Amino acid sequence: MSASDSCSSSMEEELHVLAVDDNLIDRKLVERILKISSCKVTTAENGLRALEYLGLGGDPQQSDPVTSTNVMKVNLIITDYCMPGMTGFELLKKVKQESSKLKEVPVVILSSENIPTRINKCLASGAQMFMQKPLKLSDVEKLKCHLLNCRI
Amino acid sequence: MNTIVVAQLQRQFQDYMVSLYQQGYLDNQFTELRKLQDEGSPDFVAEVVSLFFDDCAKLINDMSISLERPDHVDFKQVDSGVHQLKGSSSSVGARRVKNVCIAFKECCDVQNREGCLRCLQQVDYEYKMLKTKLQDLFNLEQQILQAGGTIPQVDIN
Repeated sequence: MSASDSCSSSMEEELHVLAVDDNLIDRKLVERILKISSCKVTTAENGLRALEYLGLGGDPQQSDPVTSTNVMKVNLIITDYCMPGMTGFELLKKVKQESSKLKEVPVVILSSENIPTRINKCLASGAQMFMQKPLKLSDVEKLKCHLLNCRI
Repeated sequence: MNTIVVAQLQRQFQDYMVSLYQQGYLDNQFTELRKLQDEGSPDFVAEVVSLFFDDCAKLINDMSISLERPDHVDFKQVDSGVHQLKGSSSSVGARRVKNVCIAFKECCDVQNREGCLRCLQQVDYEYKMLKTKLQDLFNLEQQILQAGGTIPQVDIN
């Protein structure tokens, strides 16, 4: 948005990540890993909460200033695939179907299962990456490098 | 600081840790978990495993209720519980617990109540066993710190 969005300032900007997982232990883990990797973290326990945070939860007519600023501040969404209610895949599709800036936010899908058809459908629907659980510190370091290099 | 005592405790800690991996209680993910602990978050591992054990107790209890009546088993609930447990155990490196969950899921998939009950009993045993072992490990850590020493880095390979 601003003219000073050069490579060097991108490297110094703190990434704000929205991490979505129904499992408490996995939320704790992803939160800790992201914080060590100098990211700001917001966690959500399901897809609906995640959408609410992003300003998509309630009445589309409502332009709540708090939630619309959340959209601008989230640089990355990391979501578990298997969640009750809305799956990570459904969340991905909702984000990518948006007409606002939100659709440009990269979405990373996490799953404990390495199923090629699952991976392919996520990538085909616009997922930035598909990663296997359990998450390690080195996974996020790689992810950050990948994302920061992709930012223009 | 009694350096001999510290060295002995550190050695005990190291040996104990290695044995937990060798006996299959823990896997590499536990090592990864330890990497997330530092001076700023010195109790991270203890906190996470504590949450894990609480989670185990609750999930096992819920599943045992679902499996109670032979004529009325809610396999969907059991499957959901096993899925949660498998995920959590995998995330903290609780290898034996995770392995029982794999077998448990198979019993659930074919709606084998007897098999599920056996797995339930086994997973209950395994998480309690791990809880005791990790408590011993954390106690050794505390003893080292109280004796003025530092927790050694343990190379599992």
